[in-house]
Amino acid sequence: MSEEIIKAEGLTKIFNGNLVAVDHINFSVKAGEVFGFLGPNGAGKTTTINMLITVLKPTEGTAYILGSDISKQNTAVRNIIGVVPQEYTADEDLTGYENIILCADLYGIPREISKKRALELLQLVELTEFKDKRVQTYSGGMRRRLELACGLINRPKLLFLDEPTLGLDVQTRAATWNYVRMLKKEYGMTLFLTTHYLEEADALCDRIAIIDHGKIVVIGTPEELKNSLGGDIITLSIQQNVDITNLMKKIEHVKEVKKENNSYIIKTGNGEVTAPLIIEALRKEGYVVTKLSLTKPTLNEVYLHYTGKSMRDTADESSESVMARQIVMRRARH
Amino acid sequence: MSKTNNVSASKLHGLWALTNRELKKWYKAPVVFFLTLVQPIIWLTLLGNALNLGSLVSAETLNFPPELMAQFTPTQLGALSQFFQGLSSQVMNSTFGTTSYISFMAVGMMAFTALFTTMFSGMSVVWDRRLGFLNKVLSTPVSRAVIILSKVFSATLRSMFQALIILIIAIPLGFQFGVNFTPLNIIGVFAMLFLVCVGLSSLFIAINIRSTRIETPMAVMNLLNLPLTFASSAFFPIDKMPGWLQAVANVNPMSYTIDGMRQLLIFNTDWTKLVFDFTYVGVFALVLTSVGIMLSWRFLNK
Repeated sequence: MSEEIIKAEGLTKIFNGNLVAVDHINFSVKAGEVFGFLGPNGAGKTTTINMLITVLKPTEGTAYILGSDISKQNTAVRNIIGVVPQEYTADEDLTGYENIILCADLYGIPREISKKRALELLQLVELTEFKDKRVQTYSGGMRRRLELACGLINRPKLLFLDEPTLGLDVQTRAATWNYVRMLKKEYGMTLFLTTHYLEEADALCDRIAIIDHGKIVVIGTPEELKNSLGGDIITLSIQQNVDITNLMKKIEHVKEVKKENNSYIIKTGNGEVTAPLIIEALRKEGYVVTKLSLTKPTLNEVYLHYTGKSMRDTADESSESVMARQIVMRRARH
Repeated sequence: MSKTNNVSASKLHGLWALTNRELKKWYKAPVVFFLTLVQPIIWLTLLGNALNLGSLVSAETLNFPPELMAQFTPTQLGALSQFFQGLSSQVMNSTFGTTSYISFMAVGMMAFTALFTTMFSGMSVVWDRRLGFLNKVLSTPVSRAVIILSKVFSATLRSMFQALIILIIAIPLGFQFGVNFTPLNIIGVFAMLFLVCVGLSSLFIAINIRSTRIETPMAVMNLLNLPLTFASSAFFPIDKMPGWLQAVANVNPMSYTIDGMRQLLIFNTDWTKLVFDFTYVGVFALVLTSVGIMLSWRFLNK
């Protein structure tokens, strides 16, 4: 099925008349996929999400969510999306159950239905036994799960997850990944997620877009993105002191050979297949391989390749979101 | 999970849910709620006794030297005491419009507490914004107007409740209702408070929704609270103030709110004044509410 759940057309947001946060971006998200949205701080990620979830109005262009225009039919859009923000938005003074009911009321879901759904969702996120405890007493992981339950109360077709594992321990992160996979598999939900953890994006996402300076720099499956860097890297050294550069270049799949000190760095399209060929070729010539290693490019390298290695000036990020983050981090430690 | 959503058609859905969320933070937190009840008792008993202006001119406080007392017969002394008592009531009546200063002050206190509570309640919007709750609500089908109205209503309901507590506490402390007071007047009093609270909270929410720090609304509050309270008839009648202060007090909507409430509760009701008070406060509330809601609306529709 290739129905388009999100279709952004020249989506643009300009703040205060001159700060271009999002610059005419076009992309689409297909039904049932997990779409990862990556980018450095201040690249325009949050602004894009805020436009898609109808919190901000686009300055130019628009996006369609299941055919509804985000700037015109926002009620239609709001009814079919679910949002799990990166902050802990649940009210600390209320219980988990009360928080879910509050979310349900915001969607105008009648009480008899919302009560049933709240209990189902609490079960789903494994919070049933804590449902009547105040959120104040919840751990960071429990709060995350509660946020997820709130985001699912209207049975959305499209769920936005903004940094769903920020500040979580390894166990809770793994659990969150499982929820994401389950939502996709069992409910056929489309998920749009942002994250700073690239192994997370690699593990969960069907497709990834990297945004920088308000523009989408690359979009594709994690495999495509990794291959776009030129493939795997084989590093090897031999016993003999001979230059084997030309020999290497003749081997199938090899794209580039560089000699560095006593080892050769070989770029190849398909490392697993190429490595045995190289060893075979060298053996035929009577050379002895002393070291060989094969590295596959990770999403980290892809990310740094497209967004550059320089750290982002944190001044770009509004002080508000920095503060919010500090609060989130502080609470997550409880 | 792809079943159709059950969405209510009402444009006002979520209003009670959001209002109640604010109120729950208060009535479901035992400590906060207890302090809410205790605070007016402390203020009323402390300030009511510290500022008991009535006692300044009463007969009991006039100490005559014994040699002077000896010159009068007991009957004459009784007459004198009555004379001073009468004089004191005269002074009180002409100054405060009632012989009971605690009644005069209690009404001022009701309005003043409502003002404080309104301002404090409006601050929660800063937290909602900082903690991301506001953004989350904005992504749900709740209308923008409902988000603003829920803040206004929760602030107003809390303030009116506080004012009611003051009135209830003031009665055993010697609160004297006016001669033509009927229980129906209470409705008028709360209508007055409702107008002023809705107006002020709309304005405050418009200011607070734009602040990213809790310090900003605090500073605005501190700037406005004292002048609004003391340059009004809350604790002292306007016509006994210096001219320049009278000028301020005469435009201060709190003066009219308090006067209207006094006309209904403790004075011998002057209907023309009462109608004028209601008109003044009503127009003030209408202007502030429209401006406040429009400004908040514009912010939420960026």
